[in-house]
Amino acid sequence: MMVPLSYYVILSTIVFLTGLVGVLIRRNIIIILLSIELMLNATNINFVAFSHYFQTLSGQVFVFFTLTVAAAEVAVGLAIIIALYRSKSSINVDDFQLLKW
Amino acid sequence: METLFFFYFAGVIVLTSILVVALRNPVYSALSLLIMFFHVAGLYVTLRAEFLAAVQVIVYAGAILVLYLFVVMLLNVKREDRFHAQLPLGALLGVTLLTELFLLAFQRSYANEPARPILLEPAAPEVTGNTETIGEVLYSTYLFPFEVASLILLVAMIGAIVLAKKDIGVREP
Repeated sequence: MMVPLSYYVILSTIVFLTGLVGVLIRRNIIIILLSIELMLNATNINFVAFSHYFQTLSGQVFVFFTLTVAAAEVAVGLAIIIALYRSKSSINVDDFQLLKW
Repeated sequence: METLFFFYFAGVIVLTSILVVALRNPVYSALSLLIMFFHVAGLYVTLRAEFLAAVQVIVYAGAILVLYLFVVMLLNVKREDRFHAQLPLGALLGVTLLTELFLLAFQRSYANEPARPILLEPAAPEVTGNTETIGEVLYSTYLFPFEVASLILLVAMIGAIVLAKKDIGVREP
């Protein structure tokens, strides 16, 4: 028997919401980037589930583009973290208030 | 059997993704994310996306997570970081959205939803295999987005080098 599509949607929504709450409540920038990874993975689960249930490969191809964006985000984000740590020697988001008014 | 596998993978994915957010030490968060990536790969295998499962393990668990662990170890951060001051607000938002999800999910039964509704492409992945089919689609229909993806990776690589290099633009005396 097949698992209904709604189960996958519920699973990916739970993971996405976990990532969203993680971005909102954590102070560590690295954990915030990890939460963004959680959200991207939730969308990937949705893509593959829909691709399986509609019997088309477009969803699986789009996972590749999500993966590209995730890799680019990780490279640039970690470089920004290293640059920030070098200038302020902290990775706490409360210490970076340059754009806050 | 398939349902059993789904519930195992889904349970571990939800548990580890909550642990990623809840754990104090960034190293433990990253390792928990590693377990989550492996179980997402297992979920892909049950969804007949074997090539994506391999790519998930190689790229996410092999490359991205190593990068995270490298930066965590490089910065040598102590586990003094507490939660943000807007924790109640964020938790309230999360609980609200989760309640909304469950209300939507259990509003009506999805038991009679069609298992295989539409056949958009007459592609037969069982005949040629998952990897070959993905390759054919990727290099014919999605050729231009594929090129754009490579451009994005190039720009990200150059940007990472520029950001992480120490004294760029400063001439040596």
